[in-house]
Amino acid sequence: MNLQALWLTIRLATLVALALLVLGLPIAYWITYSRWRLKFLVEAVVALPLVLPPTVLGFYLLIALGPRSPLGRWWQALTGHTLVFTFEGLLVGSILYSLPFAVQPFAAAFAGVDDSLLAASAMLGASRWRTFRRIILPLSVTGLVTGTVLSFAHTLGEFGLVLMVGGNIPGVTRTVSIDIYDKVQAVDYAGANQTAQLLLVISFLLLSCVYAVNRAVGYPAGFGNTVPQRKNKNGAAGA
Amino acid sequence: MALPVLEARIQKRFAPVAGSSSGSLEEASALDVAFDTPPGFTILFGASGAGKTTVLNCIAGMVRPDAGRIVADDTVLFDAEQRIHLPVARRRVGYVFQDLALFPHLTVEQNIAYGLANLDRQEQKTRTDSVLSSFRIEPLRHRKPAQISGGERQRVALARELVTDPRALLLDEPLAALDLPTKSLIIDDLRAWNLLRRVPILYVTHTRDEVFALGERVLVLDRGRILAQGTPHEVMTTPRYETVAQLAGFENIFDAEVEAVHEDRGTMTCKVMSCKVMTCKVRTREATDDQATPREAATQEVASGEVTSAEVKPGEVTPGEVTAGEVTAGAVTAADPPPTVNSALVLETPLVRTAAGSRLRIAIRAGDVLLATTEPKEISARNVFPGKVFTVERRDVIILARVQTTADPQVEFLVQLTLAARDALGIAEGREVWLIIKTHSCHLVAR
Repeated sequence: MNLQALWLTIRLATLVALALLVLGLPIAYWITYSRWRLKFLVEAVVALPLVLPPTVLGFYLLIALGPRSPLGRWWQALTGHTLVFTFEGLLVGSILYSLPFAVQPFAAAFAGVDDSLLAASAMLGASRWRTFRRIILPLSVTGLVTGTVLSFAHTLGEFGLVLMVGGNIPGVTRTVSIDIYDKVQAVDYAGANQTAQLLLVISFLLLSCVYAVNRAVGYPAGFGNTVPQRKNKNGAAGA
Repeated sequence: MALPVLEARIQKRFAPVAGSSSGSLEEASALDVAFDTPPGFTILFGASGAGKTTVLNCIAGMVRPDAGRIVADDTVLFDAEQRIHLPVARRRVGYVFQDLALFPHLTVEQNIAYGLANLDRQEQKTRTDSVLSSFRIEPLRHRKPAQISGGERQRVALARELVTDPRALLLDEPLAALDLPTKSLIIDDLRAWNLLRRVPILYVTHTRDEVFALGERVLVLDRGRILAQGTPHEVMTTPRYETVAQLAGFENIFDAEVEAVHEDRGTMTCKVMSCKVMTCKVRTREATDDQATPREAATQEVASGEVTSAEVKPGEVTPGEVTAGEVTAGAVTAADPPPTVNSALVLETPLVRTAAGSRLRIAIRAGDVLLATTEPKEISARNVFPGKVFTVERRDVIILARVQTTADPQVEFLVQLTLAARDALGIAEGREVWLIIKTHSCHLVAR
């Protein structure tokens, strides 16, 4: 098995998931609470990677990050090398490619938090930031886990975009999915199978985690003056 | 000296509702109220859609009025002229929503301490402990809202607001879902808490029973305007306006014309001029005036207000009549005129300052009408006349009989009686009866 490719892939996916946790939260917050008339345009742009062929996204990224674009030139002046065919370039591309997988679950979770809880928080003197930290975030745990795990898993499996933006440089941009492709090209079916199985198992485990967490932590949406949903069997456990 | 701690003057016009029943895009609803709320309970009473919650939302800062001024405890929360509109988080007004909005992921204790973030830990603990014991929820301290009962949740919601020492407390039917004993226990604790602090509490309800159970004062709101204010007894038992009468549960309301005024006896006689004006339901917003443009509607209101003050002068009442609270003149909108009849039925009513020939309305509770099967002689009640039962309906243990008067079969009364009375008198469809109504059971209402 190509451990180098596996390590690179996991590193990439972890960084993408973390970056999207940081970037995705404000974007999702804005999408959920903005009243801007043209908000739908932003929503559409964020969702684009869901429907676009990875090659299309990859193609434009190649141009946008390449040495002829302002961004590429700036990066080159800063670091001395181009963004394309590097790990950093791959990271940027992957973040964009997985954006909807993080933002959409985040936004759905935020929207599921009852408005009256936000109003109550404000009535009790809390700032927007405090309301976000103390009310919205904790009640969106399932969405946060879902979005983060999905963006991680989605990055594990990406292929077309990696090929377009990263190429196939061992130790720099050769990910597991590219490695599988290489092995099949080289008629190394046993090797391909080994790696493929590993990806399958990891993906399955990750998704199981998501569903298990959703089950365990789920606060009923729109919780108000309703009948208790999960009755504590011991009665006064905390008392 | 009791300061009026919460003063509100609120004007707000709402965008026309497209696709309303009248199909008119001109229809717009407006809120225009002015009141002072001293410490203690004040009930804001009205039918659904009267604008009760909007009033609370304006005070809380969630809705911005077009004009007016809101002051709580000497702090200006809103002033249109000075362009002051304090954000919700800085108003320090407590607001308990209908759905309570307890934070489900926080314990009872954390919920209560939520509004105390700016205090140091020791002070937070002292205050939280004190309110937990005042509202008898100490044992629930570490539980989550999903693990406690409905009544306990109401207590937590109240405690969470009160612990922040609010300038005013707004309650939007928070107890509506509770049974009466639970409700009154909570109210007792709330009253006890408020004895020391004297916070003005504005309590919204559409239930008549709650008005009597809670209120030191009541404001009656209808279509965005305050129709009457005073003690519950004054406002609800001697209603000055038809809407108040309807809300207060006067089942029989008639148009009438003053036939004769007997100043010496403190009574007058009025001829019934219409079938029953309303059924037991509160009038919905489908009357013709809703189709008018706002300007036309306003003109109508002024017009009917003038008629009111010219004919029945609500403020000037003879000593015989219980003095009602303040009545805002010019607040009644014109309703659909009921079919006019010229019945032979004449009722004796208490005296108000008016002249023979003027028109007014008479409101009589179904429970204030007595039935007899033979003509009662030598009885103090002044209104005794024959009729015929034409429907009998049972609601739980209450019997509601509709009785046509012999004087005019178009004029009917709704009469409430007990099961025992029905059986003793053999009240059934077609039964000939005598209706008996005391003079002072006939309440005069401005039209």
